[in-house]
Amino acid sequence: MFGKLSWAAIPFNQPIPMAASLMVIVGVLVVLGLVTWKGWWPYLWREWLTSVDHKRIGVMYVLLALVLLLRGFADAIMMRSQLALAAGGAQGYLPPEHYDQIFTAHGTIMIFFVAMPFVVGLMNFVVPLQLGVRDVAFPVLNAISFWLTASGALLVNISLVVGEFARTGWLAYPPLSELQFSPGVGVDYYLWALEISGIGTLLAGINLVTTILKMRAPGMTYMRMPVFCWTALAANMLIVAAFPILTATFGMLLLDRYVGMHFFTNDGGGNMMLFINLIWAWGHPEVYILILPAFGVFSEVIATFSGKALFGYRSMVLATLAICVLSFTVWLHHFFTMGAGADVNAFFGIMSMIIAIPTGVKVFNWLFTLYRGRVRYEVPVLWAIGFMVTFVIGGLTGVLLAVPPADFVLHNSLFLVAHFHNVIIGGVLFGGMAGYAYWFPKAFGFTLDRRLGAVSFWCWLIGFYLAFMPLYIVGLMGMTRRMQHYADLRWQPYLIVAEVGAIVILCGIVATIAQLVVSIRRREQHRDRTGDPWNGRTLEWSTASPPPEYNFAALPRVQSLDAFWALKQRGPVVPAEHYESIEVPSNSPNGFVTAFFAVVTGFALIWHIGWLAILGLACAALTLVAFGWMERIEKEVSGEQLAAAERTRLQQATPA
Amino acid sequence: MLDPQGPIASAERLILLNATAIMLVVVVPVIILTLAFAWWYRASNKRSIYSPDWSYSGHIELVVWSIPAMVVILLAGVAWTGSHLLDPPRALKSAATPIRIEVVSLDWKWLFIYPDQRVAAINDLVVPAGTPVEFMLTSATVMNSFFVPQLGSQIYTMPGMTTRLNLMADHPGDYPGLSAHFSGDGFSDMRFMVHAVPESEFSSWLTRTQGEATALDADAYSQLARAGSNTPVQTYSGVDPMLFEHIVQTTAQPLAAPRQED
Amino acid sequence: MSAEIGTAEFPGLGTTMARGGEGPAPVRIVVAYGFWIFLLSDIIMFSALFASYAVLSGQTAGGPSGRELFELRHVGIETLCLLFSSYTCGLGVLAVEHRRLRGFYAAFALTFVLGAAFLGLELSEFAGMVARGAGPSRSAFLSAFFSLVGLHGAHVSAGLLWLTFMVAQTAVRGPRDFVRRRLLCFSLFWHALDIIWVALLTLVYLMGAH
Repeated sequence: MFGKLSWAAIPFNQPIPMAASLMVIVGVLVVLGLVTWKGWWPYLWREWLTSVDHKRIGVMYVLLALVLLLRGFADAIMMRSQLALAAGGAQGYLPPEHYDQIFTAHGTIMIFFVAMPFVVGLMNFVVPLQLGVRDVAFPVLNAISFWLTASGALLVNISLVVGEFARTGWLAYPPLSELQFSPGVGVDYYLWALEISGIGTLLAGINLVTTILKMRAPGMTYMRMPVFCWTALAANMLIVAAFPILTATFGMLLLDRYVGMHFFTNDGGGNMMLFINLIWAWGHPEVYILILPAFGVFSEVIATFSGKALFGYRSMVLATLAICVLSFTVWLHHFFTMGAGADVNAFFGIMSMIIAIPTGVKVFNWLFTLYRGRVRYEVPVLWAIGFMVTFVIGGLTGVLLAVPPADFVLHNSLFLVAHFHNVIIGGVLFGGMAGYAYWFPKAFGFTLDRRLGAVSFWCWLIGFYLAFMPLYIVGLMGMTRRMQHYADLRWQPYLIVAEVGAIVILCGIVATIAQLVVSIRRREQHRDRTGDPWNGRTLEWSTASPPPEYNFAALPRVQSLDAFWALKQRGPVVPAEHYESIEVPSNSPNGFVTAFFAVVTGFALIWHIGWLAILGLACAALTLVAFGWMERIEKEVSGEQLAAAERTRLQQATPA
Repeated sequence: MLDPQGPIASAERLILLNATAIMLVVVVPVIILTLAFAWWYRASNKRSIYSPDWSYSGHIELVVWSIPAMVVILLAGVAWTGSHLLDPPRALKSAATPIRIEVVSLDWKWLFIYPDQRVAAINDLVVPAGTPVEFMLTSATVMNSFFVPQLGSQIYTMPGMTTRLNLMADHPGDYPGLSAHFSGDGFSDMRFMVHAVPESEFSSWLTRTQGEATALDADAYSQLARAGSNTPVQTYSGVDPMLFEHIVQTTAQPLAAPRQED
Repeated sequence: MSAEIGTAEFPGLGTTMARGGEGPAPVRIVVAYGFWIFLLSDIIMFSALFASYAVLSGQTAGGPSGRELFELRHVGIETLCLLFSSYTCGLGVLAVEHRRLRGFYAAFALTFVLGAAFLGLELSEFAGMVARGAGPSRSAFLSAFFSLVGLHGAHVSAGLLWLTFMVAQTAVRGPRDFVRRRLLCFSLFWHALDIIWVALLTLVYLMGAH
């Protein structure tokens, strides 16, 4: 009746998971209870849960990312403390069965449910505003995408309480992830959560590519698009091209596990090398999906806060597109040690180095944007400078690893772990935090507290170096990744320093949370009524903060790059004589409802509860049919309303 | 691997150091310039020149594309030659006759078979110093990676497949080895020691093992194949030279039962 | 000197139009473009399965191979059904664009019948193979075969359900703008399935039968 599900699925006899589960459950209940007691449900439902507004959806993505950062980081700190303790004969406090789940969950959550939503959220919020249009191409699909991503995140977290998570590492290589060696539900949680959120991501990719290519303000030719939109285009094209590979590959592994097929099994002719090639054919573009928008954020931030146009716009566009294409030609560098032979290894190694050329060009262009600028040290700039220094170090170690014989001794070592954290934290996370600080006032109408922002930055920077530089060293000393304990006592001092670094990063995270709380409390002091707190260059700063649902009363007519800067040079803005009425899509519960059934179906499939899976899938299909049948209602905003809103905005924006 | 004890490891360390040095030539100035520009062009510094509309320079573009391109060309040469010279299946140049050793990764231990001498050992690898070793590797269960950092390259071990690796220990000594690819709960205990010994000591070890050790028959092997970690060092004699081939073939058939969970 | 943010009309933008500067495209184009991109992503998903098939096609694990299993005549009839259904689908979309609803219903009914015939033939092929002990869990080759061809069949099934829905929606709502946009998307989908089938036919059946 309930498939494999029984009371034994709840880890009553394991204190640490049980404690963690209880904390999470209590936390969730407290939040739900607070919302109910304060009577916020109608507001939440109307303004957020059923919203199809790209700005709201973008904010929810970023919120999801920040919340899951806490879970992923908790895993990280547990790993660091375990390794600081488990030297020589000591076993630490986390048995292997548990430790293996922790590092798998850490990687999975950080990539799929922190980095991806952060980046997709920023793109979602900013791109339509920068393009001078009202929303993305398919607003309802946008909502569905977000809620499917949230469903995946939910399923992964349910595994903490009910059952177990995968114990295979974040990419679940077979044959370890096959039924023969992982008979439990852990790998199934992993696979279904990622299949579901993968669909969400793919749909978001289609949405943003269509928006950028087919919906821009009049006069905005390709070469007048902000650089962030170019990087968003490249990243979303990569999503469209790469995520179907992930769906197919995990689909094949699911078929092996559920129906007894032989794609990657040891027997029946299965080939595990096929999985490794396919998964990295997705995996490498994935990391460029993460970093390209971060590069875009830094381009915007450095130009704006230097009070200077971005140096070498054409070069930046070319470099972005080059990275986009080249990212599909390097995947084998993730497994040089699988024995492909010298010619193949050398080819992929060289292609991996070639991709460093456009990346290097970008760094130089940022350098020359700073040159002869007037750099204002707001919080986003701190992150940008920190990025420029940190990322090039990560890039160096990356090119080093791209030399196959060097990789033969460094593969899977902590040197590798330090490299990818170097580029992901130094690049993606710093970019996310810069974007968060930069666009927060646009989203909410007040700036974030500067001092706490600086504290957060310095803790992250110092904490990062303390946590990961020792790992480079200990990797060179021969330590491999994913070890639960180790014999060589000479490694321990470095791992203790790494633990200290993790604690400093924790202070940075606490500072970010504090910054949010304090900024909300003091929002009237930080209020920005101009819509343009940073003297920005691109069109999003020409709207109110927060922008109205429809973004622009009338679509701006663009005549050059840095459209808003050009507009400001031409003199003060007056409202138009006449505004045409516009239509704005009304809310839709489609996304939320679809996601609900996705979670039910996923859970049922994981636990082999046949009837519930069929029911969940049928309900999801019915939701699709029902919403497809109903005609989309749109709300009308009249010309008079638009005119009134514009007059108010321009009055407030003009300094007294 | 900063303390190489074999020709492969030495060559790889050289590549590591050379490549790093080449890149530092670019990276260090970039970092210095970043910090310098960020400081000099800060808004409060009224002495700095401000050119708000200067955003293009053909000369700078040329330099900016050329520098990374030149570094990459240089490193590409290193990568091409290095990949070929240090390709794992490539035999080492040496006067000594190579010795063949077959490696099987099990859950969670290493089995080393000497097919020509018909002996085997668990978690302990005795080799003659100054003699190239030709490894043939496979896995009886899931993917692992055979790695002795001080001797050089690692290589994956994969079920149903054979990989090849060539290493040599220059001098006698004890060199720790491990699995460099996560393979399950007992992974951290997949450690072994490589004992490189003088030729004479190696011969006497062989003779001793051939005479005294227990036989590696079907029973003994199925014991080994059962999941377990922290397996003590053990040697075997009377080893079937076709055992390795047999393991490669049978791993492609369904095992009797899924692995035991500890 | 004052500057207006802009008026709602976008008259005469001249040269900027050629370089993509004419403002947001009309809804019909945006929808079709987005759907095309979805189809491209779907083709990539099929490519991953094609790649797996290519790698695994020789791994018969002692079991039957394509040469022993594939009946080209059977597959030929399936192909004709599917290709012809694409033709009738095209006719149906033309009919609805010209508001000839009876022609539309007839063409789409025929499309459904032909698509269902394709599916029926494919299912009987699968059932036959399973009955002979050549099911998907027999070998890696068969896993790859059943998944690749099966995924295509699943798309055809989904297409038939969508077809039914679209006919019902056209009947009840009439050939309104949003209905015709969706019919356009459906026809793109159906034609794309044809293209994938041709690749399947060539790479799996024709090459496998030799």
